[in-house]
Amino acid sequence: MSGPQPNRIASGGMIDRSKPLLFKFDGQSYQGHAGDTLASALLANGVSLVGRSFKYHRPRGIISAGPEEPNALVELRSGARREPNTRATTAELYDGLEAQSQNRWPSLAFDIMGVNNLLSPILSAGFYYKTFMWPAAFWEKVYEPIIRRAAGLGRASALPDPDSYEKAFAHCDVLVIGGGVTGLMAALAAGRSGARVILADEDFVVGGRALAEQREIDHMPSAEWARQAVAELGSMPEVRLMPRTTVYGAYDGGTYGAVERVNDHLVQPPAFQPRQRGWRIIAKRVILAAGSIERPLVFGDNDRPGIMMAGAIRTYINRFAVAPGERVVVFANNDEAVRTIADITRGGGIVEAVVDPRPSSSVDVKQAADNVGAKVIEGVITHALGSRHVQGVEIQGPGGTKKLDCDLVAMSGGWSPTVHLTSHLGSRPKWNDKIAAFVPGDLPAGMTVAGAANGTFALEDCLANGAAAGLDAAANLGFRRAQIEVPGADPEHAGASPLWRVKSSKGKAFIDLQNDVTADDVALAKREGFGRIEHLKRYTTLGMATDQGKTANLNGLALMAELNASTIAQTGTTVFRPPYTSVSFGALTGHHRGKQSRPTRLTPAHAWAEKQGASFIEAGVWLRASYFPKPGEKDWFDATVREVKAVRSSVGICDVSTLGKIDIQGADAGRFLDLVYTNTFSTLAVGRARYGLMLREDGFVMDDGTTSRLGPDHYLMTTTTVNAGKVMQHLEFVHQVLFPDLDVQMISVSDAWAQFSVAGPKSRAVLQRVIDKQHDISNAAFPYMGAANTTAMGGKPARLFRISFSGELAYEIAVPARYGHALAEAIMTAGAEFGITPYGLEALNVMRIEKGHVTGAELNGQTTARDMGLGKMQSSKKDYIGRVMKERPALIDPQRPTLVGVKPVDRSARLKSGGHFVPKDGPATAEFDQGWVTSCAFSPSLGHWIGLGYLAGGPKRHGEIVRIADPIRGEETAVEVCSPIFYDPDGVRLRD
Amino acid sequence: MRITCPHCGARDAQEFTYLGDATVKRPTTPVEQPIDDSVLDVWHDYVYLRDNPIGLHQELWYHGACHQWLVVTRNIRTHEIAGPAVPAASARASS
Repeated sequence: MSGPQPNRIASGGMIDRSKPLLFKFDGQSYQGHAGDTLASALLANGVSLVGRSFKYHRPRGIISAGPEEPNALVELRSGARREPNTRATTAELYDGLEAQSQNRWPSLAFDIMGVNNLLSPILSAGFYYKTFMWPAAFWEKVYEPIIRRAAGLGRASALPDPDSYEKAFAHCDVLVIGGGVTGLMAALAAGRSGARVILADEDFVVGGRALAEQREIDHMPSAEWARQAVAELGSMPEVRLMPRTTVYGAYDGGTYGAVERVNDHLVQPPAFQPRQRGWRIIAKRVILAAGSIERPLVFGDNDRPGIMMAGAIRTYINRFAVAPGERVVVFANNDEAVRTIADITRGGGIVEAVVDPRPSSSVDVKQAADNVGAKVIEGVITHALGSRHVQGVEIQGPGGTKKLDCDLVAMSGGWSPTVHLTSHLGSRPKWNDKIAAFVPGDLPAGMTVAGAANGTFALEDCLANGAAAGLDAAANLGFRRAQIEVPGADPEHAGASPLWRVKSSKGKAFIDLQNDVTADDVALAKREGFGRIEHLKRYTTLGMATDQGKTANLNGLALMAELNASTIAQTGTTVFRPPYTSVSFGALTGHHRGKQSRPTRLTPAHAWAEKQGASFIEAGVWLRASYFPKPGEKDWFDATVREVKAVRSSVGICDVSTLGKIDIQGADAGRFLDLVYTNTFSTLAVGRARYGLMLREDGFVMDDGTTSRLGPDHYLMTTTTVNAGKVMQHLEFVHQVLFPDLDVQMISVSDAWAQFSVAGPKSRAVLQRVIDKQHDISNAAFPYMGAANTTAMGGKPARLFRISFSGELAYEIAVPARYGHALAEAIMTAGAEFGITPYGLEALNVMRIEKGHVTGAELNGQTTARDMGLGKMQSSKKDYIGRVMKERPALIDPQRPTLVGVKPVDRSARLKSGGHFVPKDGPATAEFDQGWVTSCAFSPSLGHWIGLGYLAGGPKRHGEIVRIADPIRGEETAVEVCSPIFYDPDGVRLRD
Repeated sequence: MRITCPHCGARDAQEFTYLGDATVKRPTTPVEQPIDDSVLDVWHDYVYLRDNPIGLHQELWYHGACHQWLVVTRNIRTHEIAGPAVPAASARASS
């Protein structure tokens, strides 16, 4: 099993030695400790080779200790929970963690694709655009699959994610982003002033570099100071600490996107807990204290495992008690080398040499090196030796060139402020020559930047800066400034001068490790005309992929500036866009996936339909009964035919509760309806219903339905199920925006009423037993298109409408939703002696096709009232929405496809919707297209298939034979054109 | 983005639906007037054509939570919203 951890320092650090954790990397078992990251645990076990590079498959190791990591990307977990491209440097170690290296075959140590390294001349900048261009047909079949196998990152799990994710909102006065010294100080200052504060930090221990350095704050170790600060913040009721939370994007109106890794540090989340939570944090003030990112140095073979950022090495030694190497060469352009030398020595390492590229190294660095018996060479590393691990370096100094053995290189090119969030709303960072880095430009409203993120690097300044930002933010919001004593810190040395690359580099000098972009690639891009910074990015892929060039961008553009004989300020930088680090789809989607992507709505009588054995279908957001199969029936077809026959011969019941229902009241309610419908409703008598057609302002039909007048100032509109929301919004638009002076009010009552269609010759007899006796619903007292407020089932309010979609004598009866189920049962009981039959959407659809009624397939947003044969419903005596635009020449062209019925010439043939009409003879091509088929059904009443469709010049062509061409299914069917009303064309039955 | 609804207070933009320019006025064409090209031109303008100005823009948003059509003044360049939204009905009545 797991052996000892050869690189673990015997004492110190923030790991819990009493809690060993077992984990696996590439199948091999290792041991780490609670408090480790995967990277620190791998380094503790002496594992330095963790991946292969993107293009050249070069061996790669861990170079950083944070989210900027370009190399150490692994596949975390296995099976359905496998997550590719996870940074080992931020993955919190847990017992049972499994990780695999990426982009290697057959193994990490021996990778056949390493041959790409030899092919590097053809994989240079722009290789996508050049090498694999011709012949074009080769791209998809030959080149792309090869490139995809050879160059790439991790593999996504193709399985559904078994874990759940949440979305949440949070509101605060002050959002502090980053829990380093600056952020802690800012949160303390704002919190002590009384503001509601959220402090978000991406790490699982809050403290930032206070945990990574051996510094002193307020006369105590910086890590201890951070611990105390976090404890105080934790005790403040108005402060919310959010560790493991990355604020990844700044959006308009003080909205910030964040992802909280709630349970990524466990094998699987506990029951009922999400893996991650996607936050929208709305903050009145924001203090960005995101710190800074150390830049690598560009020299030959600078990508060898064992070449690491100096700051990361200090993190591993101080926080994780891991010494990544024993014999160390420090290569740094700044005075932080002083701390690097001290920490390496304390961690048991030997500093072999300090290479300082500055014209003359500083007194402090020389002193620090001297303290540990190391020599300072004022020069550069030209290239690294070794392949799978660095074995030495070649140094060019005043005394010439010499080689030095080592197993670790600590490099530092200075620090770049983490300005990403400042530019998410479009502003560009500004170049600051003094610190040789980009600093924030114009800031999003409400944001201030403090500490290293603002280019203020000294610890003492960060403390003061953070305190001031916190107090200002609170005071700005009207809180009283707390008395804050800014703690002191130990002195430091800050000399630095930039080194963008070693010009005398030998071999590949990498700028972007993740994308395998070298200094030569940048030069090549310039030679080939891609000298602008945005072009450089696209042509070489510098700064792309999962790390977005966090360590690479500045070195790349500094080199381009030099090649252009320009300055970095003039060259400028590419724009940062959200997200700062990659965000899982799960965190963005939350629970809204699969079945939960939208609500599933059930009608009040759903349980009744279930009991009747309904087969349900999704209709918009609703589950509706599609048909009610009986034993012995083969399929939906048999059931539907039986249901239709039952309605036509006796009586059936159908749940139509999903129809949109809008209650409209007011002195001007009639005038208002005249404006939204093509026909007139102000003249409708109380107690009557009327079919209405609604247009959009562009003249096309929007929706249809019946509207009843229940009182002089009271109408009830029904809409189609799918358009219920859209029509409501439209009515509100017409009232509030177009005609605000009308005295009318409206409210959706769709959910308040359960509604059933009771249809068939026996429907009256059934309802007479359900509606209370005092209400006369005889044909004389309650004729076709009657509407009345009645009571049913012994005094329950019931609205009764004598309307028919089926073409039979039929009613719709509505009761308050809570009585819906009871009403369905009551109707079934009342209808038992007539063999009342529940029918579903299929039968409903068959009967409406038999009657030529239009529905969604015909009301598809491209058809006019004329197209539907309903031109006469358009009043010429009043204004209404769509009145003028429906008269556009193209919309009144007599050759427009118009609604017709069709029956197959061979009556045994089946019709299918979706086909297009073409003439009887000749080619069935788009050139001869004359319209299309919208709806088809087998008509039990006629004994053959029938269809509805739009046919050019339709009404004049009844009796003509045309073909339905269906090239997708490869079918052609000859049909006879006829009236769309197949059944009871004179409407005798529904008036009976 | 956040929009301040006069009824509900500041709310996330996902509660709102955008429509467009709030300053266009529905033409008034008398029912008796024949619908010729000149009439159709005016309506075509109203139904389809919108200016795309830079800077401040008065626009219609629908707040699904309270069923109110609102006039929002938004800077199209910066997404800054000038003050609380105004109910479309009262915006119309006062104009």
